[in-house]
Amino acid sequence: MKIYADNAATTKMSRTAIDTMVKYMEDTYGNPSSLYMIGQEAKEALEEARETVAKVINAEPREILFTSGGSEADNQAIISAAVIGAKKGKKHIVSSAFEHHAVLHTLAKLEKEGYEVTLVNVHEDGLVRPEEVEAAIRDDTCLVTIMMANNEIGTIQPIREIGAICRKHGVLFHTDAVQAVGHVPIDVKADNIDMLSASAHKFHGPKGTGFLYTKKGIVLTNVIEGGAQERGKRAGTENVPGIMAMAAALKEAADKMEQTSPYIKGMRDRLIAGLKAIPHSAINGDEEHRLPSNANFCFEGIEGESLLLLLDQKGISASSGSACTSGSLDPSHVLLAIGRVHDVAHGSLRLSLGEDITEEQVDYIIRSVGEVVEYLRSFSPVWRDLQSGKAQHIL
Amino acid sequence: MALYSDKVMDHFLHPRNVGVIEDANAVGEVGNAKCGDIMKMYLKIEDGIIEDVKFETFGCGSAIASSSMATELIKGKPVEEAMQLTNKAVAEALDGLPDYKMHCSVLAEEAIRSALEDYYKNDPEEKE
Ligand SMILES: Cc1ncc(COP(=O)(O)O)c(C=O)c1O
Ligand code: FES
Repeated sequence: MKIYADNAATTKMSRTAIDTMVKYMEDTYGNPSSLYMIGQEAKEALEEARETVAKVINAEPREILFTSGGSEADNQAIISAAVIGAKKGKKHIVSSAFEHHAVLHTLAKLEKEGYEVTLVNVHEDGLVRPEEVEAAIRDDTCLVTIMMANNEIGTIQPIREIGAICRKHGVLFHTDAVQAVGHVPIDVKADNIDMLSASAHKFHGPKGTGFLYTKKGIVLTNVIEGGAQERGKRAGTENVPGIMAMAAALKEAADKMEQTSPYIKGMRDRLIAGLKAIPHSAINGDEEHRLPSNANFCFEGIEGESLLLLLDQKGISASSGSACTSGSLDPSHVLLAIGRVHDVAHGSLRLSLGEDITEEQVDYIIRSVGEVVEYLRSFSPVWRDLQSGKAQHIL
Repeated sequence: MALYSDKVMDHFLHPRNVGVIEDANAVGEVGNAKCGDIMKMYLKIEDGIIEDVKFETFGCGSAIASSSMATELIKGKPVEEAMQLTNKAVAEALDGLPDYKMHCSVLAEEAIRSALEDYYKNDPEEKE
């Protein structure tokens, strides 16, 4: 059995997205800046895509800037807000400890340039508390950036409340919604969002394409200088096939969200119930406020990379926050942020389901994970110490 | 290209000498402070020869494969020879490890050395 259960890493492109992409590579391949027909057709298509994308999140087309993906959108949003802030002498930014590195590393860069950053706590349930965000806001705060849904544990943050607090204090609010767009309903107006980042490959669109929503009136700073594309705010010949495919994928995802979301959630809940039955395991993050597709667990006494390799042998693709999978040998900053100790974070597993998942596949995953965990524990010195009472179980 | 060589995968999927030796006369346990992996080696040494060896590992694929390979390399060998085992030899016997996974083979070298030190401590006579 082959099961792709790593949709938080990336998704398979939908048929519609692929067909759209090919059309704009094969037929409408002109440069949108060219004045002849095939160029102007590409330009018109681009503006249609902008409208489609805007509609899905209840924004205006002119508030949508196409980027090369989520990372670029995060970079540009944060840098722009920092530049606006600096002009008013405001150089303090509020964020959270478990943001994506596209946000955290941009903030670290700003810190070197003299900005101050406060990272609010993420609680054990994987949620940020709006009142703690409010408490962190100072007179010189220019930006609050809190992700909508976490990429590892899938927890969905109280964005609307945080947005309302930011409005009250006159502070810009950016949210990295890369994991949320196309999966949960978003309304930038009702949700009080000033800036929002998204990435196409997380909702069955192509890799290397994304967008940044910026509320009218907020002036963006270029990250890429050059031509006058994207109202002069992002230079470079537009990735027309990618953008068109993104818009098609997003529309498709939004149109069928009402059907697919409860289905995936049902499968995911079955998965969670099955994995909970494994002794000394625990789910990471709140079960209620969480993306429909995400299940993230820690299993005591085992290490995540060997778990992933053995699951791969069984045809299951998943991911882990183990230090051994990271290259840098640091355990997941997300799991540490919610209070998991290093040893426990070591045995983490993220499964993120797609809409094609079946009950039979879920049961196969539960069985396989159970077998692999038991096998790895059978020769784990850490597990031996836990079982013999030499060390205390945490989970 | 897979992450690991066929040799690594073979030792990872079918680890040799896994388990515990109840009457081991040398036991060593080491951990990597950075990644957090832990390896434990049990040796049964008779007349200066490693008659039996078993391991337990809490760690990544290359840590498990390194432990397995290391046990094969020292089984039946004189203690002095086992003392000379390097992580490089373990990695080479596995047809190489990715650069950032070399430390996993260091863990195997250290686990064996720690067990042998335990042996010398228990049987000071044996030390030349
Ligand atoms: C929450 C979050 N932000 C940002 C990104 C980066 O997006 P991209 O890969 O499109 O640059 C990702 C994807 O890995 C993500 O999950
Ligand atoms: S990553 Fe630490 S021993 Fe392999």
